[in-house]
Amino acid sequence: MAILVIAEHDNASLKAATLNTVSAAAQLGSEVHVLVAGANCAAAAAEAAKVAGVAKVRVADAAHYDSQTAENVAALVVAVVANEAAGYTHILAPSTANGKNVAPRVAALLDVAQISDIVAVESADTFVRPIYAGNAMATVKSDDAVKVMTVRTTAFEAAAMVANEGGAAAVEALGAAADLGLTSVKGRDLTKSERPELGAAKIIVSGGRGLGSGENYHKLLEPLADALGAALGASRAAVDAGYVPNDYQVGQTGKIVAPQLYIAVGISGAIQHLAGMKDSKVIVAINKDPEAPIFQVADYGLVGDLFEVVPELSQAVG
Amino acid sequence: MKILVPVKRVVDYNVKVRVKADGTGVDIANVKMSMNPFDEIAVEEAVRLKEAGVATEVVAVSCGVAACQETIRAAMAIGADRGILVESDADLQPLAVAKLLKALCDKEQPTVVICGKQAIDDDSNQTGQMLAALMGWPQATFASKVQLGEGVATVMREIDGGLETVEIKLPAVVTTDLRLNEPRYATLPNIMKAKKKPLDTVKPADLGVDVAPRLATLKVAEPPKRSAGVRVADVAQLVDKLKNEAKVI
Repeated sequence: MAILVIAEHDNASLKAATLNTVSAAAQLGSEVHVLVAGANCAAAAAEAAKVAGVAKVRVADAAHYDSQTAENVAALVVAVVANEAAGYTHILAPSTANGKNVAPRVAALLDVAQISDIVAVESADTFVRPIYAGNAMATVKSDDAVKVMTVRTTAFEAAAMVANEGGAAAVEALGAAADLGLTSVKGRDLTKSERPELGAAKIIVSGGRGLGSGENYHKLLEPLADALGAALGASRAAVDAGYVPNDYQVGQTGKIVAPQLYIAVGISGAIQHLAGMKDSKVIVAINKDPEAPIFQVADYGLVGDLFEVVPELSQAVG
Repeated sequence: MKILVPVKRVVDYNVKVRVKADGTGVDIANVKMSMNPFDEIAVEEAVRLKEAGVATEVVAVSCGVAACQETIRAAMAIGADRGILVESDADLQPLAVAKLLKALCDKEQPTVVICGKQAIDDDSNQTGQMLAALMGWPQATFASKVQLGEGVATVMREIDGGLETVEIKLPAVVTTDLRLNEPRYATLPNIMKAKKKPLDTVKPADLGVDVAPRLATLKVAEPPKRSAGVRVADVAQLVDKLKNEAKVI
């Protein structure tokens, strides 16, 4: 019996989300295998082999896995599960856009439930997951033969990388499943940024409607983010108002983050926003309204005019 | 071209839910219920496609208790032409809903199913993908732009770190993200008109679907509380606290 982790990668390298997912898998008590489905993905597979706790890396390298469409990857996973004599008891993917796209498809093809966004492993069949935007935590038990789940990466430590080559797991090539030809990716438009990725950043500077405009957002928050080496985030209100693109959004419907330090600037603290950041280690709120709900979760609250406070803060930490 | 839009009745997004004292779930007695916001976006998109002359009929489907009729009527007030209620008092989990929808798709033969990407009660984010899998159809999840062509759809998807454009063969399932559109407010005349639109009711057994839940909820608890910290007087004190007390910068 073994556990299969679907790797998050871009063919050239393994994404950090895979490491958190391996940690969750390690708590289930069987051997952990990592599936790397991609095209020319040997580098990502080699990296996966160095993740502590991984016993085997299974690589399906074929042109039609290049963009890792849900249709082709799910079909592959189902074939891998069917052909593994010892059997897989659990299939895990990180709760990323990619993981959330693929995992339910896998579960439906296996005729099993899918358990979304687990934040704790109670036992091999019992897990804790947030519902109602994190306003309640449900403990759920699955009796299905194979448990398919997605893992909230901020809830699990990243697995370490094994330093010496000798500690690396075996890498085994898999035959590709047929190309279903249902979907083709025509292009990707990724936000280019020198800053850390929102999901992986240690410090996040996030702005809300209080900033008043996209121009103010950039003028005030970028220097602060640069001074701290932080990623930039935003509330839904700021995204809706067009200050920044949607992928900046932190909250129930955006990204769930848990950095060491989260600085909320001009964010009132709607429950949808709090759901996305309340697991941050330290929260700082800067807002002119002393009654703003954000202060109820902030470790350090500063009531004041952000147009004065933020430049002062940028200078003080710069 | 027919578009099927599944809509879910959920606790209104402005309601702060409370966990029941006995830990069996959240208290939804006497709480305002509404259409899941992502489903509203799905209905709006389908109706716009009809208004643009691309689609010919929009069918709203809801699976759940009798009161889900209200949700279907709300979809009709936005512009859906007719409704189907799959009535059941059971705890319908995503796999069961996907199977019910599959049975309806087999019957109705829609070209596109537009679903909300996730319901804001169980936050599963599964049903659309599961339906696509069961139908053997392609899926375009987290859509922020949808263009229907001859036999194919071009969909812009929200992915981590940016956007992706995919071309999918039809029939297919599309799930909506926030930026796809801004749903209209239903006008009073349209709300009145919606009351007269046809709404059929079927039972899961009529569709031959076993809806028994696969996951048992053992308990529901409050999340760990975060207590409010301290107010700092100025930037100097804030920086001092962050450096020396919290040690995060």
